Amino acid sequence: MINERYYPLLATLAVCALLYGYGIFEYRAFSDTYVLGNLLTDNAFLIITAVGMTFVILSGGIDLSVGSMIAFVGVLMAELVTGFGIHPLVAVVISLVFGAAFGAFMGLIIAKFDIQPFIITLAGMFFLRGMCFLINLDSVPITHDFVSAFGGFRIPLPGRGWLSASAIVMLVAVMSGIVFAHYTRFGRNVYAIGGDRQSAQLLGIPVERTIIQVYMLSGIFSALAGVVFAFYTASAYPLAAVGVELDAIAAVVIGGTLLTGGMGFVAGTFFGGIIMGVIQTLIAFDGSLNSWWTKIVIGGLLFGFIVLQRLITRSFSGMRAGAT
Amino acid sequence: MTTLQDTKKSPQNGGRKGPAGGLLSRQWLGPVIALVLVIVANGLISPSFFNIKVVDGHLYGSLVDIIHRGASTALVAVGMAIVIGTRGIDLSVGSVIAISGAVMAVLIRDTSLSPFIVILAALGAGLLCGLWNGILVAYLDIQPIIATLILMVAGRGIAQMITDGQIVTFHGAFFEAIGSGYLLGIPWRVIIAAIVIAGLWAIMRKTALGLFVEAVGGNARASRLAGIDARGIKVLAYVISGLCSAVAGIIIAADIRGADANNAGLWLELDAILAVVVGGASLMGGRFYLALTVVGVLIIQALGTGILLSGLPSQYTLIVKAAVVMVVLLVQAPRARQMMGRFWRRRDPQ
Repeated sequence: MINERYYPLLATLAVCALLYGYGIFEYRAFSDTYVLGNLLTDNAFLIITAVGMTFVILSGGIDLSVGSMIAFVGVLMAELVTGFGIHPLVAVVISLVFGAAFGAFMGLIIAKFDIQPFIITLAGMFFLRGMCFLINLDSVPITHDFVSAFGGFRIPLPGRGWLSASAIVMLVAVMSGIVFAHYTRFGRNVYAIGGDRQSAQLLGIPVERTIIQVYMLSGIFSALAGVVFAFYTASAYPLAAVGVELDAIAAVVIGGTLLTGGMGFVAGTFFGGIIMGVIQTLIAFDGSLNSWWTKIVIGGLLFGFIVLQRLITRSFSGMRAGAT
Repeated sequence: MTTLQDTKKSPQNGGRKGPAGGLLSRQWLGPVIALVLVIVANGLISPSFFNIKVVDGHLYGSLVDIIHRGASTALVAVGMAIVIGTRGIDLSVGSVIAISGAVMAVLIRDTSLSPFIVILAALGAGLLCGLWNGILVAYLDIQPIIATLILMVAGRGIAQMITDGQIVTFHGAFFEAIGSGYLLGIPWRVIIAAIVIAGLWAIMRKTALGLFVEAVGGNARASRLAGIDARGIKVLAYVISGLCSAVAGIIIAADIRGADANNAGLWLELDAILAVVVGGASLMGGRFYLALTVVGVLIIQALGTGILLSGLPSQYTLIVKAAVVMVVLLVQAPRARQMMGRFWRRRDPQ
């Protein structure tokens, strides 16, 4: 028998295969690697964000500031590159350091003062969005040879498709996320805290430090997503990525991670993000369906996976009976 | 996740709270002082702030403006306060506003039903949304943030489906009066909001219902053992929140004489949660204050007005809101209080 903890991941894989199979069956062009390459490129920033979010949710928390972080990093990069003439790679380093520092600060407050992560990261979301507007009100281009080189870089795939630089960065981010989660002490600590914080503390796991690290990691990943997004669009817009935090949470949940924490896989998040991309692509291919169907279908999938999770957690005979 | 801290915290909170938060309890002081400070600061920034004129039989002025603009947020916030009282949260209020506005606009445009029935239909949409959230939270035991996230994501899609992706506009004397009309110089929307909020207050505080809500929020299991239908109370809280959002949706749609499925009520959930927290409620559930929530709404609205008056770009509003939330949360946090207490105790003997 397969361990119950793999059920959500298997469900995710099944849904992904079903949707993709339906696409191939229904539209001949769908089987082309062109579609796959575009899926990976267009959803790169979302999946990178969702990988960071996976750690937060695994630890039993939530991070609502990621969408604003993406927009802020974009605006910051534009200001640094176009305004101050700094090389984009240096701007990338500055952005990632900022993301880490901001995430760690939120984590510090969450861990030290024991305030709900939801409301602290909500304040972070407001703050970063406001900072975007302070730097810049308009959509500005980021022009630099490096940015156009990043946008132009592509590795051809068999068929008509190609792998863009965004997609490569995303795949590397997913890989490192998998390593962090499953092959480091930090990863094990995150699972332990999400599973049962009290027991984790009694076992001598540094709960506060790990929580700070979790939000720092989410800050780094969302800043990286902001970098990819800025390079991908070669522009910065203070209203960019509104609502991405919800898409990222949805990708994590559809990817099979348990919302109460402690159970889930980074690889699942990758497929969750791909599922959301496939839905959008299918609706675009259909042509007769309106874009709002995306929201409704994603809402429906979210519901299905959450109910599935409830059924699974209930079968862990009263493991969380105390939690309401 | 919170079990460890809960046991430490609960006696402290219980001790701090007066019986049902009466007029003399200290809970009132913080938010009211904050509101007075913000208003005084506004007055210092712009001396014309306190001017209230009567033009065409209507009241005009910055103070009136704050109340006028705050009416729909206040409606959403009191519903949110009750949900938060049950240790829940309702992220879907913005989407419910969009849905009820869409239902109303489409019915007015396509049918000749009487306004009364149109409003009932819009309220019914809100009720159904609240029922859905409530069942997910109470009977399927899904975390409130996530349960209401579903409707938040799908709700805008549903609203767009109802309006067919367009901004539906309508005309009608009755609805124009609700959105921008006046009675004896007072805007109708303020009157509607006041009636709804007063009604809710009466239901919650003049019957045992408010106590039940707080009992469920404080400890759902204990309240169940004490004979309270904890699940029913939770469903009721989400239904109330859905209905309040629907009323706000009706007002907002009537104000712009149209339904905008994408933008109606956008970000309102955040303002509403902010108002509840600024009003002194704990996100951990177990207590809620309707009147103080309204004070919270006024504080937020006055802050926004103050920023506009001071000539700063309106974008500062977001940063100021973020700062306000942080300060309020840190002051409220039991851990921070413990640290402060330790600090004062150490200094006292000297």
